[in-house]
Amino acid sequence: MTTRQFGQPLKRNEDPRLLTGHALFTDDVQLPGMLHVAFWRSDLAHALIRSVDVESARKRPGVVAVYTAEDLGEFWQPGPLLVPPPPVEQLEFHQRTQVPLAKGKVRHAGESVAMVVGESRYLAEDALDDVFVDYEPLEAVVDLEAALAAGAPLVHEDLGSNVSARVTQTKGDWAAAESEADLVLHRRFHYDRGTAAAMENRGIAASWDERAQRLTVWDTTQAPIAIRNGLAAMLGLSEHQVRVIAPFIGGGFGPKIMMFYPEEVLLAWAAVQLNCSLKWIEDREENFYATTQERGQIHDAAIALRRDGTVLGVRDRFLHDAGAYAPYGLTVPINSQCTLLGPYVVPNYHSEFTSVFTNKPIVTPYRGAGRQHGVFVMERLLDAAARRLSLDPAEIRRKNFIPPEEFPFSNEIIYQDFAPLVYDSGNYEPALDRALELIDYERFKREEQPRREAAGERVGIAVVNYIEGTGIGPYEGARVTVEASGKVSVATGVGTQGQGHYTSFAQVVAEQIGVDVSDIHVVTGDTDLFYWGAGTFASRGAVVAGNAMHAAATKVRGKILKLAGEKLEAAEEDLELIEGRVQVKGVPQTSISLGALAAEANPMRGAVQPGTEPGLEATEYFGPERGATASGVHAMVLRVDPDTFLLEIERYVVVHDCGTVINPLILEGQIQGGVAQGIGNAFYEQLHFDENGALQNASLMDYLLPTASDIPNIVSDHVETPSPLNPLGVKGAGEAGAIPVGALFAQALDDAYRDIELEVREIPLSPNRLFELVGEALTREPA
Amino acid sequence: MNQTIELFVNGIQYRRSVEPRLLLCDFLRYDLGLTGTHVGCEHGVCGACTVLLDREAVRSCLLFAVQTNGREIATVEGLGDGPQQMHALQHGFWEMHGLQCGYCTPGILMSLVPFLEENPDPSEEEIRELLSGNICRCTGYQKIVEAVQLGARLLWEESN
Repeated sequence: MTTRQFGQPLKRNEDPRLLTGHALFTDDVQLPGMLHVAFWRSDLAHALIRSVDVESARKRPGVVAVYTAEDLGEFWQPGPLLVPPPPVEQLEFHQRTQVPLAKGKVRHAGESVAMVVGESRYLAEDALDDVFVDYEPLEAVVDLEAALAAGAPLVHEDLGSNVSARVTQTKGDWAAAESEADLVLHRRFHYDRGTAAAMENRGIAASWDERAQRLTVWDTTQAPIAIRNGLAAMLGLSEHQVRVIAPFIGGGFGPKIMMFYPEEVLLAWAAVQLNCSLKWIEDREENFYATTQERGQIHDAAIALRRDGTVLGVRDRFLHDAGAYAPYGLTVPINSQCTLLGPYVVPNYHSEFTSVFTNKPIVTPYRGAGRQHGVFVMERLLDAAARRLSLDPAEIRRKNFIPPEEFPFSNEIIYQDFAPLVYDSGNYEPALDRALELIDYERFKREEQPRREAAGERVGIAVVNYIEGTGIGPYEGARVTVEASGKVSVATGVGTQGQGHYTSFAQVVAEQIGVDVSDIHVVTGDTDLFYWGAGTFASRGAVVAGNAMHAAATKVRGKILKLAGEKLEAAEEDLELIEGRVQVKGVPQTSISLGALAAEANPMRGAVQPGTEPGLEATEYFGPERGATASGVHAMVLRVDPDTFLLEIERYVVVHDCGTVINPLILEGQIQGGVAQGIGNAFYEQLHFDENGALQNASLMDYLLPTASDIPNIVSDHVETPSPLNPLGVKGAGEAGAIPVGALFAQALDDAYRDIELEVREIPLSPNRLFELVGEALTREPA
Repeated sequence: MNQTIELFVNGIQYRRSVEPRLLLCDFLRYDLGLTGTHVGCEHGVCGACTVLLDREAVRSCLLFAVQTNGREIATVEGLGDGPQQMHALQHGFWEMHGLQCGYCTPGILMSLVPFLEENPDPSEEEIRELLSGNICRCTGYQKIVEAVQLGARLLWEESN
């Protein structure tokens, strides 16, 4: 019996290359004669462009070319709308997507006006000083509510307002719930912007080979196949003339999928124009403006309950900050709208949102992709209700959980994948119980908290729940090939940004083919090696590509057994695949190696049967009918320094359910990393825009990312409720860690200051903001 | 206006003519092709570009190449002997899943080398304090701490 590798905490195949400096990242691509690109970016958020003068820049030694919007001719087009609006009845949608270089007007700080190509990066950046743009500054649209006021300046004048979209979705009858309720609470919540801040900034290298008539692009993208297809179309090339490689990528987290970034389009275009190789690597300051961001929303929400804590309904109206353009459609606010419902039975729901154009960088999904906001609103409403009804926060949640026998559970609205929001599976109570046990909830409340408070400490405990729609379609594919060496090569179209696909996908394949994971070579994100696919987003790699791997490997297994049965003159069901060989069960003497079998399957002489495919290879695709619903519980004990308002997270517990686990080591890493980003989002990171739309903290000195001294050790455990929607039973896990952390901080802080009835209604916080909120609570008149 | 510099990188002597404004990180990456050193912020905060200058950890994005004339530099490429012959510290990271995207990892490894020479048996708090000079956006640091603990033990076992 071969040792089972699926489900084991195996160390990763890709690590030795990464650990020794031998892995190829985009900026490591160096080609002979390579030119370098720098962008002239607007420091104004909103201004008319009267003229752009690049003549002296063109004359500077070492400059090869300078382009403005005018120089692009017909190639200048707004980018494609990547995700169309969902099929929702009550919908208004105005498409405005980013442009390659600003023409006539800049709409956010950091928008590019000119592109310089030079012999080195240093020379190209020097030439930016020679570009002169004559502006007429305009009042900037920054605040979401002011953006909708009459007479507000307009980001896109032709629209006549700053409304990007309006969507209403309903379930049941909110008005009836409200009239029937014993308690209705109204609250306003704010969630502000942060940035993903992957350690590797974006970058693109593009090379046009005139003789081969082929374009090769190395791109820090999460969706290389979509980039290949789009670039080919824009440049008038066949898809076979364009190869996009997403090599090792230094963190993605969502913003690296925002195809098509202006730089992606322009580098490819300029490589063809100049018949050359060129490269652009974003610097950190550019990353704060030119890479997409997320999280600005304002919610006006209400919850209706019975006296016993049973939720009768929720109503939510919110504004969503889209930034200056909205290439990604409504994915983020739809996720907020849908994820709000959480693991709870909410019989009546009315949710409407307005997505608003502002003079700020573009908003597209960033790890969680709108789910944070929905979870924050619902969890805060439950906390406020629990306080009013004198219920324990954990118990009001338990009371409203969807019971395990109710799955599949329909929420009667439309999700980001355009499928009805139906939860495939879930079992929420065991996860809550386990989290309460691990955080020692009951003992903390009964004994530890009173004792420490008596000694003058401020300590709070919190427990929150979330669900995450993961693993959405449309599809991914995989090709599995047994080579004559006996090793296995595997290819898929999704890109990898640190998730361990080279190992987890190998584990899926190893399960079927019986070779060691280290003998499986996985290629991701090279369009020449796999043609079809969508990309790495929405916690879907393991679910969608993973199941394509499983399908392809299962088919190869069938081919192996058939051929081996013929060679060994044995029935297929009497054979087993073990350590790179096929053998008659229990008779190792009667065996053939996979390498020998692969050679037999690709003969050089003799006839093969009609319809026979050569080799031990298969390509398969997997497309789920809808996403798999993961879920989890986070719990925390927090100590607040009453003088400095610095926090210490004393204990942090995650109990989550992402179905079948492929590699627990990788999964734990995903959860811990997600929580760290969530902690950053909750208490450290905030983008501060002034009234002119200028970003005040566009450096890592001023934008505070949490360090090893800030992030606690996390205790985690699983509940496994396999998804019935895919053969492996897996659900996505990439975003789960980051989603409920803001809500958790808020509840823990409320608990630590329950004597003054603190109620946190915003994220991100900071020591200073907490100081202000506590001060406000102290001076508030008692209700 | 170029200046000629002579220096040792990972024990190999190089002589190159460089512009005075050339950053050390760019010199290592593009002039010498040692692309294992990564650049994350260009202003000395993230620590991804950390290398050793005369055995001390420095940010290579905050130094000019000409400042290293006559001196010794060590980068991640010289830490072990390639993917087949890794350094004990690299094994610690591999075993404990101390990396995800791996972009910040070379800088972390190089920060750790002089730290563990001085303090071969550090406490968790000391490890976290050292690591607070390097930002990792993927791992949440917990597994990096465990990786350092294992790496320190492996190093100790090697030297005893």
